[in-house]
Amino acid sequence: MKILVAVKRVLDYNVKARVKSDGSGVDLANQKLSMNPFDEIACEEAVRLKEAGVVTEVIAVSCGPAGCQETLRSAMAIGADRGVLIEADAVLEPLAVAKMMQHVARKEGVQLAIFGKQAIDDDAGQTGQMFGALMGWAQASFASKVLVSGETATITREIDGGLETLEMKLPVVITTDLRLNEPRFITLPNIMKAKKKPLEVLKAAELGIDVAPRTTTLQVSEPPTRKAGIRVADTAELVKRLKEEAKVL
Amino acid sequence: MTILIIAEHDNATLKGATLNTIAAALKLGGDVHVLVAGTGCAAAAQAAAACSGVAKVLLADAAHYGDHLAENLAALVVDRVRADPGCSHVLAPATPFGKNVLPRVAALLDSSQISDVIAVESVDTFQRPFYAGNAIAQVQSKDKIKVLSIRTTAFDPVDAGSGAAPVEAVAASADLGLTKLVGREVVKLERPELTAASVIVSGGRGLGAAEKFHAVLEPLADKLGAALGASRAAVDAGYAPNDYQVGQTGKIVAPQLYVAIGISGAIQHLAGMKDSKVIVAINKDPDAPIFQVADYGLVGDLFVLVPELAAAL
Repeated sequence: MKILVAVKRVLDYNVKARVKSDGSGVDLANQKLSMNPFDEIACEEAVRLKEAGVVTEVIAVSCGPAGCQETLRSAMAIGADRGVLIEADAVLEPLAVAKMMQHVARKEGVQLAIFGKQAIDDDAGQTGQMFGALMGWAQASFASKVLVSGETATITREIDGGLETLEMKLPVVITTDLRLNEPRFITLPNIMKAKKKPLEVLKAAELGIDVAPRTTTLQVSEPPTRKAGIRVADTAELVKRLKEEAKVL
Repeated sequence: MTILIIAEHDNATLKGATLNTIAAALKLGGDVHVLVAGTGCAAAAQAAAACSGVAKVLLADAAHYGDHLAENLAALVVDRVRADPGCSHVLAPATPFGKNVLPRVAALLDSSQISDVIAVESVDTFQRPFYAGNAIAQVQSKDKIKVLSIRTTAFDPVDAGSGAAPVEAVAASADLGLTKLVGREVVKLERPELTAASVIVSGGRGLGAAEKFHAVLEPLADKLGAALGASRAAVDAGYAPNDYQVGQTGKIVAPQLYVAIGISGAIQHLAGMKDSKVIVAINKDPDAPIFQVADYGLVGDLFVLVPELAAAL
């Protein structure tokens, strides 16, 4: 059984996003780009499923410019067997990415797919569920525990105020929450090994998929900034100010 | 023009997030229809009918909607959209419930979704934050049916008792039978719910251990009638459960008073709480970024200051 892992290249989580002065977007020039943290969790889970003998092959898939090959190499260093890049230079919305993932999933005949619950750049949180809809598969979003046994997946997911457990027949799409696992440290030998793993590049334009954006970004701006307030000397002053000045007590 | 809202409810009562979503829908103009899908959920439908501004409630009562699973619910929403040629928008709150279902609806309608809408400028133009709230995009949708998830803290809830909309029973769609709920553990909270609380006491890595997290924060939260929250660092360290997490990838909150204790103020945490009305920070590091957004900062040892503050209230 094959598993598809979707990985996205995003502005590194340690880098603060800066809005371009012309309001056209966020400045990514000369910034560190890395794999979306939730996708690292997805990779780790897929590799663990392989190590547990549940799946036989882990295919990492990324959509975007040529630089995403680096992200695919990171996925292969975690343990993915091979990578597929669907190369596109234009802005890709989650719906377009879901359609491209559908293309690969069908071609490869995968029975499981695992996505990060959200990318930390666009914060959209859509692609996994959209993929599930397009494939007509069962979905388990925000997963914190995944068990696959035979043709059945038992998945615990995070909900408001607690957890719920779903039982579903494969094929299944999963999106990862923070708690699912802690991705392994990538070692140098595994980075070297990853360089030799196969990486296929497909051109989005040649797949016949409509990836044109459905939304136009008119403007990107900085959020209103919150001004720093004052330092209070002690708890007595704090209580007094909260009562008399802020009037929240 | 019809705006279809997917109601979040527990069959008996309507969740507060639905009221904020109705408020966002009213800014679009048009008829607001609220879809209440569940099992034995007539009471929730009545509650939706009583909300100010609602034109009609659609009630889909069937066994396979009781657990609010995404696959069946999304299929139902799509059937309702197709049954109404005037339907122009589908809205749901950007809560774990809405985030689970709505993208599935959007893909089935072949629409792009606009997530976390914080402002409605016209029927097709909206604002949404991205990059953990470090940038705000003004976006225009070209889709025929616009699919929006609503950042609930950005819209004041509508009045829950002044409406009298008709409730119309609608046919259930087929049970896809893809998923079965086998268990649900919801912690019974003795405190207000995090996203609905007017005061939040939130703890970070500075607390140092799970026992201390509770021992130090709970007396203060009790005094304030507050919900308890946590930073991602505290959740990662196991001091607090995952659903306490406030931030970009956790809950987005905007209470009247947010008390950040031992929280340094990472970008991703600020993204979840910087719209709070008043922010208090208590931290031993005078250079912690949290002080840049706090209205009132108190530098010092939280293990001394927090009990002192609780005693002073």
